[in-house]
Amino acid sequence: MSHTPVIDDIDRAIIHATQAGLPLSHSPYEEVAAEVGVSADEVMQRMGRMLESGVIRRIGAVPNHYALGFRGNGMTVWDVDEAHADELGRAVGQLDFVSHAYLRPRHVPEWNYNLFAMAHGRDRDEVIAKADIIRALLGEHCRAGEILFSTRILKKTGLRLVA
Amino acid sequence: MMTRVSSIELDHTDRTIINALQGGFPISAHPYAEVAIDLGIGEEELIARLKRLLDDGVLSRFGPMYHAERLGGGLTLAAMKVPDGEFDQVNEAVNAFPEVAHNYARDHDFNMWFVLATETPERIEETLAEIEAATGHKVYNMPKSQEFFIGLRLEL
Repeated sequence: MSHTPVIDDIDRAIIHATQAGLPLSHSPYEEVAAEVGVSADEVMQRMGRMLESGVIRRIGAVPNHYALGFRGNGMTVWDVDEAHADELGRAVGQLDFVSHAYLRPRHVPEWNYNLFAMAHGRDRDEVIAKADIIRALLGEHCRAGEILFSTRILKKTGLRLVA
Repeated sequence: MMTRVSSIELDHTDRTIINALQGGFPISAHPYAEVAIDLGIGEEELIARLKRLLDDGVLSRFGPMYHAERLGGGLTLAAMKVPDGEFDQVNEAVNAFPEVAHNYARDHDFNMWFVLATETPERIEETLAEIEAATGHKVYNMPKSQEFFIGLRLEL
């Protein structure tokens, strides 16, 4: 686990000003700067630093899968050899239909899966086909797998990062 | 599946914008102008299209994506095996916790999956214990030990 980079009050103010989105205007960072009360240069420097340290994963567009017709979303879960879990996770994470891949603890015997990959497709059949691609990639190091389709969103408030 | 069946019409330029902007965005004085040049459109058109894509819900957001744990809070995925007859009441009890950010029903024995986001890492264990006490069911904590986050690229 990487250590937590130091975030100061100005960084927090920048996060607060941008967590809902970047202004859509000719000088968006200047607008953020005006809200925070520092110069545009400082905002850009700090955001650049947060991007470098991984506090910001990336800046860009987050598509709404459902609106774009990607209505099949499956959480694929796999029981893979610990010794190869890292390299397999990395390989699965690079597939372009996988949005996230994680290693997580097992809860043996009820839950034996340690590799999770969210797979997206236009419908369930497409997700099933994509799970087959993941299964093939995992090869001999994978003992079992399943797809858990979501049937209902029970709550979705989003993460409020800073108050 | 409870989805809004909408058919949003995207033209070639919309698709190009969405494909291009999933990868990254400049930090500069006039970033939209820069991106617009690469896309062969005007800055105003790019901004107007992004506004429309956000208004129509094609994009859920545009801007920096922050890494929650690196801001000092706690985050985990947790799952429960809820008996069918109790699903609604357990759902209500779980959702009542403000720390529960997302909650999904899934077709499996492990049928309830939620993300907990807490102000401090210590609050994760406490909240899990409180949810067990409130529901009378075991909560399986599945914090990530490793993350491979490349980000989905929907090729449109």
